[in-house]
Amino acid sequence: MNRTLPGFRLTLSITLIYLGVLLVVPLAACLFKAAQLGPAAFWAAVWTSRARSAYFLTFSASFISAAITSLLGLLIAWVLVRYEWPLKRVVDSLVDLPLALPTAVAGLAYSALYVENGWFGRFLVPLGIHGTYSRLGIVLVLTFIGLPFAVRAVQPVLESMESDAEEAALLLGASRWQTFWRVILPTLKPALITGFALSFARAIGEYGSVVFVSSNKQGDTEIAPMLIVSKLEQNSYAEATAIALVLLVMSFGMLAFINVLERRSRRHYV
Amino acid sequence: MSNAVATFAPAHFTAARRRESALGRRLLIGSALAVVGIFIAAPVILIFYLALQNGIGAYWHNLINNSATLHSIKLTLIVTPIAVVLNTFFGIAAAWLIARFRFKGRTLLTALIDLPFSISPVVVGLMLMLIFGRLGYLGPWLQKMDIHVVFALPGIIMATTFVTLPFVARELIPVMEALGNEEETAAISLGANAWQMFWRVTLPGIKWGLLYGLILCNARAMGEFGAVYVVSGRIENQTTTMPLQVQKLMEQGYDSDAFALASLLTLLALVTLGLKVWLERKTRRQLMTAAASGIVDSNSETQTTVTRNRELEIR
Repeated sequence: MNRTLPGFRLTLSITLIYLGVLLVVPLAACLFKAAQLGPAAFWAAVWTSRARSAYFLTFSASFISAAITSLLGLLIAWVLVRYEWPLKRVVDSLVDLPLALPTAVAGLAYSALYVENGWFGRFLVPLGIHGTYSRLGIVLVLTFIGLPFAVRAVQPVLESMESDAEEAALLLGASRWQTFWRVILPTLKPALITGFALSFARAIGEYGSVVFVSSNKQGDTEIAPMLIVSKLEQNSYAEATAIALVLLVMSFGMLAFINVLERRSRRHYV
Repeated sequence: MSNAVATFAPAHFTAARRRESALGRRLLIGSALAVVGIFIAAPVILIFYLALQNGIGAYWHNLINNSATLHSIKLTLIVTPIAVVLNTFFGIAAAWLIARFRFKGRTLLTALIDLPFSISPVVVGLMLMLIFGRLGYLGPWLQKMDIHVVFALPGIIMATTFVTLPFVARELIPVMEALGNEEETAAISLGANAWQMFWRVTLPGIKWGLLYGLILCNARAMGEFGAVYVVSGRIENQTTTMPLQVQKLMEQGYDSDAFALASLLTLLALVTLGLKVWLERKTRRQLMTAAASGIVDSNSETQTTVTRNRELEIR
């Protein structure tokens, strides 16, 4: 511990008080409320058919969009790192846009793009593809939200990758595809999984953009955060808390998973 | 190694490889552009197109002649600076604590600071309702004292501050760690007091990183939806912030007003991105000069810590 520098006590108290008031007390209130419910009532609140379909939709839409995000993220990161081309810098900074754009605006724009007379909707809706007010709409907007995580997780690893093994593989007669599958992809695996997990975790809690593209139909396009809001609006705090706890466990689990992964990959490469 | 490859590789092999990859390269770049165009550029362009399609006069009219919209802008301009200032003070204190001292529970504290990123905004709102809501733990007491937290300004500020809590701290911790404490220790041993050290040594070192964190915090605070949605009650002309007002206008069928307001928020996002790029270049240069003058031990290592941190930055 560094004893020459000032401010340990001061900053420690500021940090503890701030986190305590803003973070720990509300979290404790949440746990306390759920504990008051008792196991039977908790289960009854958490496991209704409406709640089950909301979890299922939240989980599956987040999973699918995270998978799409990983694929597209790899493509974008690859093109940004490996090649020189015009507009590269613009595209590189545009990738961060979903982090800066208010989610409500993203939802609004996506909804307007895919409605019947929208720019994309006028071609897609006649084909029977409904990109808004549907589950597909939710996946699309979650993909937008998660894209930067996937790109930024893979990009630095690609940048620092040594070309020796790749060149050796090519020289020894491996095709481009073989090199990609056997040499490049294994090295990128931890980064790809991290990107997947980050965008998945982000998608699970997302609310602002989804309300705009969801049709608000129970059991069809209702995600778990929407169910919480609807329970709150009916003043059923306890039920809302129980469902929130399920959501919290899901995202904390994801966070723990990312940490384990990062620790493991660090051990591998150091 | 690459020289060896060039020497040993038969000419036709490299030529074929180059041709193949030229086509592949074009295909890959084309598809990446298509993805970015469809997923990111199109929504942004559409917002501006829909906001401005009836001309700039109609656009201005839609913004100015709606008192609820004006009120929402005002409210956002009150809430955001408060949340940003609170989180800046906290962020500087927390970063100093975590980057400069080793103590029990340090890892736990770092994890706690990151926590708001992994809590759904809606759940943040719920937690505040559980404490301050009419049916919450403090509800009856607050009612007796006639203090309004939920469905009022304090609740909106708390929700926004909670959601944006990590930004400044998260940005400053790696910057402070990268800069090291030699200069600060020197200042103290030469007789500077704590404030002199902070203003003359620490702050100049972290200023770009601080600005970076501030900008991201600001963008998120202005755009926060879920948490504020829950605690604000969305009372028109009272507790409706800009993003909430966008939704409200859509619900009421005032689409062009909604798009006009949304275009302001989009503009904010674009400005944020521009500043972000500019600051990234600045901090990178600062760290490089620091490394060159020997303040930072290892140039590449610190740079990767800072960039990596940024790249994994949530939201």
